Amino acid sequence: MFLLLVLLNLPAPASARLKLAVGGFFLPLFGLASSAHSFVDEASYQLLPRQTLIREVRRLESENTQLRIQSAQGNDAIAENNRIRTQLGLLPRGTWNPRPARIVGRDPSTWWRTLLIDHGARDGARLNQPVITAEGLVGRIAVVGHSHSQVALIGDSACGVAVLVVETRDQGIVKGPQSTVESGIVELSTFQHSPQILAGHTVVTSGDGGIFPKGLPVGKIIDTRAANAGLFTTARIRLGANLNRLEEVWVLEQ
Amino acid sequence: MTWLSPILLLLVTWLAIFLQTGLMPLRELLGAPPNLVPALVVYAAFTHGLAMVTALTLTAGLWIDSLSGSRLGTGVAPLFGLGFLLHTRQHLLLREQRYAQFWLGFAGGIGVPLAHAGILALGADEPALGWFTVRQMLSLGLLNGLACPAIFLLFDRLRAVFEYQPSGPGPYISNREMKRGRH
Repeated sequence: MFLLLVLLNLPAPASARLKLAVGGFFLPLFGLASSAHSFVDEASYQLLPRQTLIREVRRLESENTQLRIQSAQGNDAIAENNRIRTQLGLLPRGTWNPRPARIVGRDPSTWWRTLLIDHGARDGARLNQPVITAEGLVGRIAVVGHSHSQVALIGDSACGVAVLVVETRDQGIVKGPQSTVESGIVELSTFQHSPQILAGHTVVTSGDGGIFPKGLPVGKIIDTRAANAGLFTTARIRLGANLNRLEEVWVLEQ
Repeated sequence: MTWLSPILLLLVTWLAIFLQTGLMPLRELLGAPPNLVPALVVYAAFTHGLAMVTALTLTAGLWIDSLSGSRLGTGVAPLFGLGFLLHTRQHLLLREQRYAQFWLGFAGGIGVPLAHAGILALGADEPALGWFTVRQMLSLGLLNGLACPAIFLLFDRLRAVFEYQPSGPGPYISNREMKRGRH
C-alpha cells in the first residue's frame, strides 16, 4: 500500500522514467517478435518469382522519377514561399523529415489508444513529434524511451488535434474519449455553428497548437449535427489512416 | 518443487501481458485488449498464499501500466483488491466446480477494468468510456470466465506433475486399531 502511494505521488518525469524501466521487461519479447516478423518477410521475398520482382523494381523506378520531379517543383515553391515570408517579416516554415518506424505493440489497457513503436531517443525521437502514414495522421509521441516510444493515437484523450475543414475553412478540435478508435471514427467539435460542413468534406490539421504541421490529412466527414442548442457543430470523421491495420508509420522530425 | 508454481504463474502472466499488446484479430472481436490477468489472479488467490497474490498483482499491474497510457501504479489496486477479496473469503467460495470458476473469472474480468477506470477517473485522466464500454466489459467477462476453468485445469495438472503428492492410505486400517490399557 505504501509502495503504491509512493508510485502514485511520483512527479511526472520520474514516473515516466520508472514506467520505461518497468516496460524494459518486455524488450526481449518485442525484439523476438520483431525478428520473427523480419524473418517471415525475408522468407516471403525469397519465394517471390524473379519476374514479379523485376516488374516491381521497374514500377518503383518509374514512381521514383515522378516523385523526384514533383519534389523539385515542390522545393522551388518552398524556396519562393520562404522568400515571400521573409519579405513580409514572417518566420520561414520549418521542413519536416519523415523517419520510418515499425509498430511493435498496442495498448494492453482497455482505456487508452496508444501504440508502441521501435523508434526511441537513440533514433532521434522527441516528445510530441507527429506520427503519420501516407493516408493520414496517426497521433503524436507521448513517451520517449531509449529504443522505443509510445504514440498517443488520434481520438485518445492525450492527443487533441486542431483541424480545419478544407472546403469551408471551419476550424475545430478532434479529441477523445467519446469515440472508439477501433471503428476508425473520431469526433470533431467546431468553435461555432457551421451548417455548411457536409458529408464528404476533407479534414486536415490546422497547424494551431504547434505540435502538428498545417495540412496533414486527417479524414473525411461522415455526418454532422448541431450541439449545445445550435451553438456548435459536431461532426463524425472517418480517419484516413486505418489504425487497426498499421504496421509501419512515419515519425516527422523537424 | 513448490517454487515452480509461482514462477510459472509469473511467467504466464508476463507472456499474457505481452500477447495483450498484439493479437489484433482477437482484439477486434472483443473490441478490447484480451486481458487474462484477472483470471490468473483468481487462480492465484485460491491456490497460493497472500505474499504470492501480492507479488503477482503488483508485478502484473505495473507491467500493464508500463505499456499503456495509464499512470504507473493505477492498475495495481484493482488486481490486488480482487486477489485479496478472494483469498480472504476462499473458505466461503466454491473452488473445484467449473461453473464457480467461470463466474469468478467473469466477475473479475468485468470488475477489474471497471475499478481501474474508476481510479483513473478520480484523477485528471479521461479514460475512453461510452456505450461501447458495455460490449467491452461483457467480452472481457466472457473471456476471463472461459479462461478461468482452463487455467485451473492447466496449472493443477502441472502441479500434479512437478510437485510432491500427499501419500495415499497405507495398509494400516485405523478403525481396526487395538487399544491397550484401561479406557
